[in-house]
Amino acid sequence: MSNTTAAKPKKINAKNITDKEYFYGHKACAGCGGSLAVRLALKVIGENSYSVLPAGCMSAVGFIYPQMAFNSNACISMFPGASSMASGVAAGNKALGRKDTHAVVFAGDGGTADIGLQALSGTIDRDDKVIYICYDNEAYMNTGIQKSGLTPYGTKTTTTPAGDNLPGTLTEKKNLFEIIAAHGIKYAATASIGYPRDFMNKIQKAKEVDGTSYIHVYASCPTGWGSATEKSVETAKEAVDCGLWFLAEYENEEFKLNKNPKEFKPVKDYLSNQGRFKHLGEEDLDRIIANRDKKWEKMRKNWIK
Amino acid sequence: MSQKKVFVSGDEAVALGARLARPHVVAAYPITPQTIVVERISEMVEDGSFNTEFMHVESEHSAISAVMGASAVGARTFTATSSQGLAYMAEGLHYASGGRFPVVMMNANRSLALPWSIFGDLRDSLSLLDSGWIQVYVENAQEALDMTIQAYKIAEHKNVLTPFMVNLDGFILTHTYEEIHLPEQEKVDQFLPAFETPNKMSPEEPKNLGFSTSPEDNMEFKYQQHKAMMDSMEIIKQTDKEFGELFGRYYHDVLEEYKTEDAKAVLITVGSVTGTARVVVDLMREQGKKVGLIKLRYLRPFPKEELKEAVKHAEVIGVLDKDISFGYEGTIYTNVRSVLSELSGIRSVNFVGGMGGRDISKTDIGYMFDSMLNPQTTEKQKNVEFINMGVLTDE
Repeated sequence: MSNTTAAKPKKINAKNITDKEYFYGHKACAGCGGSLAVRLALKVIGENSYSVLPAGCMSAVGFIYPQMAFNSNACISMFPGASSMASGVAAGNKALGRKDTHAVVFAGDGGTADIGLQALSGTIDRDDKVIYICYDNEAYMNTGIQKSGLTPYGTKTTTTPAGDNLPGTLTEKKNLFEIIAAHGIKYAATASIGYPRDFMNKIQKAKEVDGTSYIHVYASCPTGWGSATEKSVETAKEAVDCGLWFLAEYENEEFKLNKNPKEFKPVKDYLSNQGRFKHLGEEDLDRIIANRDKKWEKMRKNWIK
Repeated sequence: MSQKKVFVSGDEAVALGARLARPHVVAAYPITPQTIVVERISEMVEDGSFNTEFMHVESEHSAISAVMGASAVGARTFTATSSQGLAYMAEGLHYASGGRFPVVMMNANRSLALPWSIFGDLRDSLSLLDSGWIQVYVENAQEALDMTIQAYKIAEHKNVLTPFMVNLDGFILTHTYEEIHLPEQEKVDQFLPAFETPNKMSPEEPKNLGFSTSPEDNMEFKYQQHKAMMDSMEIIKQTDKEFGELFGRYYHDVLEEYKTEDAKAVLITVGSVTGTARVVVDLMREQGKKVGLIKLRYLRPFPKEELKEAVKHAEVIGVLDKDISFGYEGTIYTNVRSVLSELSGIRSVNFVGGMGGRDISKTDIGYMFDSMLNPQTTEKQKNVEFINMGVLTDE
């Protein structure tokens, strides 16, 4: 795999970010983290973007005829076909001699980790020039909060209800970042809308990659999480600070941990602010913390030089 | 005619036809008996004779998805599949027609599992008759090549913008070698200009495609789709004429009549079995039997008026279906019978055969004509008759 850090793009910050908007007038819920991820990403990728969105929140709120919310090229794909359609967009633009275009996918966690995984694997295998952005709100939110492969243990959803017999979701969150990296992808990163500058600069890096890149951005969903709409960014930041999410990169065949907190903020505070975790008992909490620590031990051991 | 002659299989004819049409992007996944199309195109890409972006997709679902993506930015595209692959694409077929992406696809007609069979019948494409694709069925390798080229001209017409499926009988056509005429590239370029569509994402005019609609708008989009398909009938005829003038081969528009003028019994066929039926018609005519044949070429749009005109003097119509809509009758028969309902006094019978690759012999077709001509037999027989069965049916 080629070195992707050769061209050093300008770092993006609050001062130099563009005022231009490419995603507005949509009908997303108040405090929607996914729509913020799309908005910020397109500010970085710019007007040469060709966005492809599978079924999911962002396609549902952005393309209600005749009110189109994308100010740049965009198209809804089939649910399992976002990545393959974006590959086709990239191939079509290449064949037509259009330079400096960016095929970009905005897909949710279900559209990425479950139904869209095969097509995404194909895109990475072919190393098509596609920026794939997964906005992870940890369930099928558009259809009404059903469990996906990225819903973490203990989450209450409408298909994993919490009651006397079950604590909500029984499975752990699929380790998608490493699954993607295992393809030998040129560039992959995790991010959070709680750390927008980090997120945008990772997009900036992805933009320079001559091949497939993947960004997995943690995006809060007040509607599905039962969290405060005005605290969406804070909630997504807390997820990182308490160690239940992490900021990392995979580049030149190596992992890198971008943020390695000396001390985690209390997991309990993060969970108790969200309705989806309100039912959890001490045992569940212990299990969640134990799994977090196991993951961090591994990441610290293998991803820090 | 100065066209070069080549000895190729149906699959190879399609690959050559695709090359002559100059698609910008080809995305395909291998499946028997379509595989040779993909292999030949790969070879032509390797040796530099076919300048296209060839995408090794990981499934048929991604094949149709990728060609839609390429079509959405204004690129000409090609894909090919068969049977299970077509079924796996089903979501994409509806998507492509609704999105008005004039994708061209070759389908090698093959049985659908279970039980598994790699051999031919029409249950794959007929089960997707309602997916909004133009469907043509060819009789030989020459027609396969010619229709692959015509397909683009029809599909991309501004009043059509509808995807196009070229159907070849699995193995019988895909794997049989025939001598065919290869049109010159220059003439094909003249016949088929570059693809232009207003329905695309471009740097000059950014667009949002593939949107959702409310109940207030949805039906208008579906009406337009239907209208485009209906309007394609004239474009199909016009294209056949233009093609004939340039290349010297005409395909009689949407259906071909053979000795129907004074025929009492007319058999309707689709695809390669037409050749066998034509021979049987000649043999029976020599015996003084008034039999005729209609080769249905297009099943969507369905040639209703043309068929009505072609059958109006017949006493009995037989429809040979290499498929069955379980619980009713052959799908082609259902479509034909809807036309016959507007004419009075024509008897009809449905012959179901050739499924899963079973041969349909001259004897079988002779039997069909004889039973059609003999009213006693016809009255006794069921509306739907399975021919050449290895087990006794329930009568």
